[in-house]
Amino acid sequence: MSSAMPGRRSLSGARVMLYAVLCVFAVIYLTPLYVMLTTSFKSLEEIHQGNMLALPEQWTVTPWLDAWSGACIGLECNGVHGYFFNSISIVVPAVLISGLLGAFNGYVLTKWRFRGHKIVFGLILFSCFIPFQIVLLPMARVLGILQVANSTTGLVLVHVVYGIGFTTLFFRNFYESFPNELVRAAQLDGAGFFTLFFRILLPSSIPIIVVTVIWQFTNVWNDFLFGVSFSSGDSAPITVALNNLVNSSTGVKAYNVNMAAAMIAAVPTLIVYVLAGKYFLRGLMSGSVKG
Amino acid sequence: MPSSPPRHGEGRGRLQQWLPKLVLAPSFALLLFFVYGFIVWTSYISFTDSGMLPDYTWVGLEQWSKLWRSWTWGIALHNIWVFGLLYIVSCTVLGLLLAILLDQRIRAEGVLRTIYLYPMALSFIVTGTAWQWFLNPGLGLEKTMRELGWESFTFNWLINADMAIYTIVIAAVWQATGFIMAMFLAGLRGIDGEMIKAAQIDGAPTWKIYARIIIPQLRPVFLSAIVVLAHLAIKSFDLVVAMTGGGPGNSTAVPATFMYSYAFSRNEMGIAAASAVFMLAVIAALIVPYLYSELRGGRS
Amino acid sequence: MSFMQDDDTGIDTMITTRLAVPLLASLLPLTLGLPVQAAETPDKGEVEVLNWWTSGGEARALGVLKSDLADQGIGWKNMPVAGGAGTNAMAVLRSRVTSGNPPTAAQVLGFDARDWAERGGLSYLDKVAQDMKWGDIFPQPLQDFAKYKGHWIGAPFEIHSTNWVWANKALMDKLGIEQPTTWTDFLASMKKARDAGYTGLAYGGQPWQDATVFENVMLATGGPDFYRKAFIDLDDATLRSDTMIKAFNNFRELLAYRDPNSSGRDWNLATAMVINDKALYQIMGDWAKGEFINANLAPDKDYLCFRTPGTQQAVTFNSDLMIMFKTDDTQQQALQDTMARAIASPGFQIAFSNNKGSVPARMDLPADELDACAQKGYEQVQAAAKNNTLMGSMAHGYAAQAAVKNAVFDIVSAFVNSSMPGDVAAEQMAMAIQDAK
Repeated sequence: MSSAMPGRRSLSGARVMLYAVLCVFAVIYLTPLYVMLTTSFKSLEEIHQGNMLALPEQWTVTPWLDAWSGACIGLECNGVHGYFFNSISIVVPAVLISGLLGAFNGYVLTKWRFRGHKIVFGLILFSCFIPFQIVLLPMARVLGILQVANSTTGLVLVHVVYGIGFTTLFFRNFYESFPNELVRAAQLDGAGFFTLFFRILLPSSIPIIVVTVIWQFTNVWNDFLFGVSFSSGDSAPITVALNNLVNSSTGVKAYNVNMAAAMIAAVPTLIVYVLAGKYFLRGLMSGSVKG
Repeated sequence: MPSSPPRHGEGRGRLQQWLPKLVLAPSFALLLFFVYGFIVWTSYISFTDSGMLPDYTWVGLEQWSKLWRSWTWGIALHNIWVFGLLYIVSCTVLGLLLAILLDQRIRAEGVLRTIYLYPMALSFIVTGTAWQWFLNPGLGLEKTMRELGWESFTFNWLINADMAIYTIVIAAVWQATGFIMAMFLAGLRGIDGEMIKAAQIDGAPTWKIYARIIIPQLRPVFLSAIVVLAHLAIKSFDLVVAMTGGGPGNSTAVPATFMYSYAFSRNEMGIAAASAVFMLAVIAALIVPYLYSELRGGRS
Repeated sequence: MSFMQDDDTGIDTMITTRLAVPLLASLLPLTLGLPVQAAETPDKGEVEVLNWWTSGGEARALGVLKSDLADQGIGWKNMPVAGGAGTNAMAVLRSRVTSGNPPTAAQVLGFDARDWAERGGLSYLDKVAQDMKWGDIFPQPLQDFAKYKGHWIGAPFEIHSTNWVWANKALMDKLGIEQPTTWTDFLASMKKARDAGYTGLAYGGQPWQDATVFENVMLATGGPDFYRKAFIDLDDATLRSDTMIKAFNNFRELLAYRDPNSSGRDWNLATAMVINDKALYQIMGDWAKGEFINANLAPDKDYLCFRTPGTQQAVTFNSDLMIMFKTDDTQQQALQDTMARAIASPGFQIAFSNNKGSVPARMDLPADELDACAQKGYEQVQAAAKNNTLMGSMAHGYAAQAAVKNAVFDIVSAFVNSSMPGDVAAEQMAMAIQDAK
């Protein structure tokens, strides 16, 4: 891990330029977040009169309180908090189940290979890339038949199914580099399939578990297509509620409340990102390259 | 590693042999049904008379020909082409640029990297909400610039049918560039320093070293980046919905929003299915060779 | 949020406000393995009604029915699904029906009622209809949708008309504008307003609104016969005729009086421009009246309502129908009849329309309990029904089936959002309609 271009330390003109360019980009990247944040702390009058880029003259948390528990989505004026908890009740089981299945799959696909394992893996992997439009229509029917249409349970099922591809990919690539000698040695000691997994592999899987959890958490939390297609009203996740809130037009558009609601929807993934950015990046990378 | 199901002793032998497959089976069965079964079902529906509800009357290519004659589908295809091209090119160029700049032993690299990458953690709906507000002529950038004294500043792309698609490109590029940068950065860090040192000793200028030695070595990263971006582009749905809702008119319709609207509000299930199959075919044409080469080559 | 937003190309409205659907509540007992029957069912049973009436006036109007039924000891389980002019509600309805668990009744529009009937599974309301002589009291064009193969399948709530202009009276007085009666005067008055620094036409650029205004222009340009031939008979020659090209050209002229930020604007925000003295007119269905009422404005005094100039002799309408789903439960069957009866009763028809801005669907009621605009409207609807100029609105699914309607939306909003010439638009629309038929 060494930078490509060694040399020159002095603060030459070129280096000043370099820093300047990087900072300009940083500002560009931060501006939307900054505008969202400051807008969410302004009153509506200030938004209409004041400058978008200015800090609030009068800080107010009312928009946040409104967004959380007072803003109207359709007829219900309870804010987004219910939908926030919907998202949590979708994310938690979906991440756990798909993660567990992925871990088992990765384990089998690397340490208990059978003929055709590559095809099986390829078929599983392809499911990460399909445009989900292809499954929307039949999924709607199946959820209806299973009596879980328009419920968070239905969305959990959907996210588990379409999360398996990624979780399998992560664990498979991780276990691929897990030394086979250790596995063999344990087997000679009489460890069976599950013992091997729970005693030998799982304890050393913490990094990939973190990656998987973060990846799945972010993906499921940020999902909109499945949410909007398979849920309505009470069972909608936060992204759908946010979109509804922003596009409701009962009288005046409360931009500050919209921005506060957007921030509420963004906070969980942002926190995860800031706390565990390294793992987040690893997930992203293994999702794109074979890792 | 030659695949070797670890042999095991007597008693539990048979069970132990079947156990791995049994454990894998539920996931595999789920995917067979929910992915491949559904693909077959949707493909079949695209050849039937399905409208409001599925109807298994075979009508051949009727829905497909309706799809291709549809005005909105034409717009959607045009848009995805413009969007996809600009998105892929901009993200790749900017991502590479940022990666190279960051690779110059920058002091605050960690902080900057975090800043460039954070949009990727956000939902497109959140991003779209922010950008919609930012680009709204009556409220956002245009108003701000005018207040700052630039009276003639005009930026009304969001509500201009000819330009609205470009606002989506801007927001999408903003969202994904950091990720592409991270990919290139990883690629740059993996390059062997020897050749570069040799070139430097020869007195080659920096730009030449990049153009001749470094960038050519990043070819696999380019490939991955383009595949990832292309498939993200074709799937893009959330951002369009949050920013323009497909409007003004249908001017920012893309295949994903087209499919959604035909499936869930226009009651034209057959056409929706055909459009979905088309999207799948395009993505498969990209992804299958890529996955094939990734899985075949490399380790194992 | 009105049921009129029958827009389905603009996804923003399509996926806008979804309302709390107590659907989860209805599914929960299943997942918990509890008996499905609710614990506290009122004596006479309970009806579950799917609808997308979620705005203030709409919800109030529905409340009338709810209390009417409550008076008879019937419970009410509301199932509102907001957003997308009912497209969301229709999606929920489809999934409920597919999973074999339809609600007691559902609110639908025009051709949707026919689609459901075609599929089978609707209760026939013939007995109630016969008792109440529905065949005599509802106008024929509405019966075409409320009946399927001779059987009554839907109970009509009201009649909305889409060819209304809503005008700011103060602004008209200030600028010395008389209520226009011809298309030329109409445009001239908007020019006056524009020259004085106001917006001539408050406009919301969403596909369903584009189509609503366009059908007004069409009717004004070619008259009722032209409208019928083009949009109801879908006659290809008429669709390609010079009159159609002229209609598009007139539309283009009209569009010049919008303000530049109209793209994507919701209809009620456009109405607010008229209310707040920013714009002179809005062309919109009579649900717009609700916004004026909410702002405490009085018809004829603060605002004017008049038929779009050039369309005075005709009415383009739409109407909500309550369809009921077939059930083996005799109690539910009785409830369905009771509900149909309640919807068609004179008291309800008037109370409902007063809340919703529409006029009664029955043609035999006294008008004195309606407000000034509705009285005018009711009279015109009655006259149009007699003269055979009461015609279904294309923009709201009462002229042609959904595929055709959407084809019209596509072309009309492409026309609005580009500089497409009128002849090209007419040609494209004719082609698109041919394809969709």
